[in-house]
Order: sequence, then C-alpha cells, then structure tokens
Amino acid sequence: MMPHLIRAALYSPSPPQLVRCQYRAKLRRSRLGLPIGSRAGAQGVRQESQRQWGFVVDLRRCDGCKYCTQACQDTHYLAEDQEWIKVYEVEDENQNKYFIPRLCMQCENPPCVKVCPVEATFKNPDGVVLVDQHRCIGCRMCMAACPYEARYFNFTDSPKPPSPFDNPMPEFPVPQQRGTVGKCVLCVHYTHKGQLPACVEACRMDALYIADLNSDVMTNRSGETYKFSEYLRENDAFRFKEELNTSPRVWYVAGHGQTLGGGRWR
Amino acid sequence: MSAVLSPHYAEAGDVREAALRPILRPGSLFWVTVAVLGLIVLAGMVAYLHQLRFGLAVTGLNQRVSWGFYISNMVFFIGISYGGAMTSAILRLTNAPWRAPLSRMAETMAVVALMVGGLFPIIDLGRPDRMYNLLLHGQVGSPVVWDVVAITTYMAAGLLFLYLPLIPDIAVCRDRLGPAAGGLRRALYQLLSVGWQGTSQQRHILERGITVVAIIIIPLAVSVHSVLAWLFGVTSRPGWDSTIFAPYFVLGAMFSGVATVILIVAAFRKAYHLEAYIRQEHFQYLSYILLALTLAYSYFMFSEYLTVGYKMHETDGPLLQLLMTGRLAPFFWLFVVGGLVLPVLLIALPQTRNIAGITIASLAVLLGMWLKRFLIVVPGLAEPLMPSELTIYWPSRVEVAITLAAAAAIPLMMMLFFRVFPILSIYEMEEFAEVPAEHASETPDAEAE
Repeated sequence: MMPHLIRAALYSPSPPQLVRCQYRAKLRRSRLGLPIGSRAGAQGVRQESQRQWGFVVDLRRCDGCKYCTQACQDTHYLAEDQEWIKVYEVEDENQNKYFIPRLCMQCENPPCVKVCPVEATFKNPDGVVLVDQHRCIGCRMCMAACPYEARYFNFTDSPKPPSPFDNPMPEFPVPQQRGTVGKCVLCVHYTHKGQLPACVEACRMDALYIADLNSDVMTNRSGETYKFSEYLRENDAFRFKEELNTSPRVWYVAGHGQTLGGGRWR
Repeated sequence: MSAVLSPHYAEAGDVREAALRPILRPGSLFWVTVAVLGLIVLAGMVAYLHQLRFGLAVTGLNQRVSWGFYISNMVFFIGISYGGAMTSAILRLTNAPWRAPLSRMAETMAVVALMVGGLFPIIDLGRPDRMYNLLLHGQVGSPVVWDVVAITTYMAAGLLFLYLPLIPDIAVCRDRLGPAAGGLRRALYQLLSVGWQGTSQQRHILERGITVVAIIIIPLAVSVHSVLAWLFGVTSRPGWDSTIFAPYFVLGAMFSGVATVILIVAAFRKAYHLEAYIRQEHFQYLSYILLALTLAYSYFMFSEYLTVGYKMHETDGPLLQLLMTGRLAPFFWLFVVGGLVLPVLLIALPQTRNIAGITIASLAVLLGMWLKRFLIVVPGLAEPLMPSELTIYWPSRVEVAITLAAAAAIPLMMMLFFRVFPILSIYEMEEFAEVPAEHASETPDAEAE
C-alpha cells in the first residue's frame, strides 16, 4: 500500500477535543482502575473515539542511531535531558549490544494519572496520556509512580526562542514550561492530521510503527503496513512489566536474545 | 518516684520563677543564640529565593532522582513532630505525673517541627505559585492530596494540643507580668487566657478538653505518617513497594520524635537552668521508651530486609545490594551502627545511662534517622527501572543551606516562643505538687516500660 493511502486510512476526521470536560467521565473511570478506550490486543472494537493509538517497536531492526530522540527533541523544542523517546543500550550475556527505544507506554491504566494531585495529567479520547502544563504544580509524584521512567521534569526553560504565537497546550506542549513535567505526547498534533509521529518519521531503520487499535492497522515510515493483531501474534510481541497491570499500548518485538516477557528488563 | 516530684517544686513560687525567667530576663546568651540561629535561617531563605529565581535546576536533582533532600526532610521533620505529640499525648492519657515539666516542650516542638516539615513539600514544588490548584482541582485519588488534608488537620490539632494546657499559664503571665509587660503583650495574654480564673468548673472543662485532644491527636498523628508512607508505598519502585511502610514510618516517626524530645529537653534544661525540675530520672524514663522503640524499629527493618533479601527479586535485589554492599553501604552501616546499635548500648549499660549518655544516644538516633529517611527516598529512585545505570544524586549547596536552616529554625522558633510563653507547664506542675507523694507513685512506672 502506498504511504499516502495509509495516512488517509489513519486520518481522524474529528480534531482532538481540547475541551477538558468531555474527558471527565473517562478520567473518573481511569482513576477507578476501570478500562478506558479499547481493550489491549487490538480487537478492532470501535470505542468512543475514532482512533486508539498504539505503538510497535521492532527491536530486531533498531541499531541505536537515536535519530528518533533527536527528531522528538527538535519537534518539541526539548532540553537535552528530556528524552521522551530514549534509546537504552543493553548488553546480553554474550556481550552483544542491542538497543531498546522507550517512549511513553500510553498505559490504559496509567499510574501517573492516578497519583496526580491536580488532574494535570489525563488520558485523551485517543488513549494518549497528556499533561496540562498550565495546571501542573511540579510535585513529580507522577515521575515516582511511572514504572517506565517515561516522564521528565523541566528543570530548565525550553530552548525555544520565545514567540508571540506560543500557546502550549497538552497536545502540543511547546515551549515546555519550567517547573512542570513533560512526556511523550505520541505527536497527537501530527496524528490527527494524518501524519506520522516525529520519531516514526525519523526512524531510518523502519523499526518504529504507529498503530490504531480500532482499525487494527499498523504502519511505519516506509509504509510497511500490517494487520496489527496478527503482527503481534506472529512476532511474539511483548509489553514491558505486564505484571504491574498498567496495560501499556507499546508492544516490542524481540530478536537479539532478549528474554521474551522475562528477564530483569521486562 | 516521689523523689522526682514533690520535694523539688513543692513551692509553687519556684516553678513560676523558673518558668517565667526566660520571659523576664533572657540574658545575653539568649540573644547571641537567637542571632546565630537567625543567620542560619536567613541563609536558607536566601537559598530558597535563589531557587525560586532559577528553578529546581539549582538542586542536585535529576530526571531519575527527582526527590531528594527536600522530601527526606519532609518525612524527617513531620516525623519528629509526630513523636513530640505522641509522647506527650500518651503520657497524658496514662496519667504519668513525671511528664509535667516535659510536656510543654514536647508539644511546642510538635507544632514547630510540623511548621518546618510542612514547608518542605512546598519548597520541593516546581511551581509553588500554582499551589492553589490543590484546592481548585484537588483529586482525592492522589496521595499528595491525602497529605495536604492530613497535615493541615494535624496542624490544627497540634495547635489546640499546645494551646489548651497553656491557658492557665497564660493567665499566670497575665496576672504576674501584666503590668510590667508592654501593651501588645498584655493584650495578647489578656486575649489568649480567655478569662481563666482557675475555678473548679474551669479546671474541669479544661481537663476534659485536654483529654479529648490527647485522644484525638493519636490517630491523627498515625494517619499523617501513614499517608506520608503511602506517598512512597503506592508506587511500584524497589524498596517503596511495601505493605509494611505505613506502620514502619509511624514507628520511625515516634522513634526519632522521642529522641528529639530528649535532645530538646536536655538543651533547654541546660540553657534555662531547669536542673531542679528536670532530673536524671526524667531522662531515664524517656530513654526506656527510646530503647523500646529502637528495638522495635530494628525489628521492623530486619523483617523488611529479610523477606526482600531472601527472594532477591529482580528489582529489589539490586537495591538491597546497593544499600548493604554497594555505593551506599557506608551510609547504611553508619545508620545501623550509629543510629541503632550505639543508642541501645548507651541506654542499656548502667554506666552510660545518665543524662550525657542518653543525650548522645538521642543525637545519634536523630542523625541516624535523618540518614535512614534519605536512604529510603533516594535509593528507591536512583535504582533504575529501565535498562540503564544507577543514577547518582548529590545535593547542591542550596539544598544543604535550606536543610540546615530548617534544623536551626526549630530551636529558634522554640526559643522565641518561650520568650513569650512559659517553658514549664506551671499549672500541671503545681497540680502534681499538690498530690501526695504516695498517690503519685502509683502510675508512672507502668508507662516507663
């Protein structure tokens, strides 16, 4: 399939709703530990929103170039220490190196949302965990609660030169505000226009895929497109820390001797 | 027991003289101490202004260890506050007469330490200017909100617990110092003594009130420290993800709190010449409580580390290694030897069970428990959850300055408080002095166990 067709397929006709009150019922559900959005495993069930975003990382392809990190930092004008997609270098027993890119897992049961004292972090209708940096008080409880170290505190100001058009919002938090917490937003500012997230677009190894759990489709930069649920099954995809019941929406495909769903770095 | 009580302050005039001396004639040493402590506090305030200007980048915190000295200090200072309130409340409820000269200091320390400890979550905020969001958008599911509710409730109870027994003493100040004191202070005494005349009806109401607050403050203090523990316990971090955390924190708070009471009492006894009222026996009774708590805390800690260490799970195991044999081992063993073994020896051995020995034991416990709080907060964050290396946290000068200022603020605020209000509970000491010695000796030993 041609990339532009996939993009058309992924195009969400409804722009992201910025009106917070529409999420309230769902926020409450998430806080009670009830499932929100579609269930894991991509059953193709149509939920409240057109899209339920997911992500797939093919560890067999990743060569640790960190283009994704760079692209993310460029897109969101992040300080050096803010690696919303961070590439870990791991050594297996035979001293062979492999790489694990880690972005926000967009948990269905996100611990960070539960512990936020001011409801500054929430899940949007597309299943993406966002932060309202106008509300965040910077207590960093969410950072302590996140089992994936996916949240970053803005110790310094954003490197972006100030502009009269600056209007940071949860979907496009640029520039980052000092003293608040930031995290991967799965580039919802791109996906709602039918574009790929910055990291996916930058992955020259085609290791990163964006997926929609509702339409059960996943695709990467080169337009390789698979039926999402089948791909997960056929490639023995796993998720980090299943036992915590956070139900992440980022799946990994192992290939370089990683222990499937086991080992210290599950 | 009777030796502790009646003979030494049988004459009411003496108690009043000793309790009012710091108000009437503070002496030059008082002002020198206030100036020194004030400068340390001022330095901390300057450091905080610097942090407000440049953000938390001026701390040693980083992306992984995002809580450090400030959160350790919060747990520590609220902990000692809790210990002060609990010591006083339990001794009141068990009607231990020997507490009379100590309770005022313990209750004042409880309020002052809570004021200091309660500031730390605010100091730690990235955006303290948005604190009001906790009221506007407070989310009951968050342990941070539980903390805000618990600390403010406990603060109200602590103030009441300090104020109620103070009413008759303020009346003494009003009557004795009224004419000599300035207009402002006279008005203050007049206002706060709420028309106390010492009638039997007033005494009855007051004693009922004190008992009720003493009962209420115990579960309140337990809840405050449990909630602090759940701030850590609700996460899935190594070392924090523990069911034992709430009682563990409550016990640790009481442990460090009793040590603080002993230290504060020793310091004020020396500085304000209260030797006639606070005697070695008082220290020994408190030291028995401290000994029991040391052993209980050691038991909790042993139980926690044994169950974790036996299994050596993939995340808890490295944390245990870090503490016991790794980079933090010197600090951990310093706590075990200095904060647990040394105090037990000092209190258990009759040769060192004197005021000096007990004071040293308390100081060791206090420093050790600060270290323990640090060893709870920081390694739990420094230990990686994802495939990467351990992160090192080293506090910046700003954090050290603010911590020292907090430590100095407690004696400073207490000194200033005792500049206006009596340091000894005149009312209670006179009350117990009236009780015949044989009657008084029935109760106290049960508490000292």
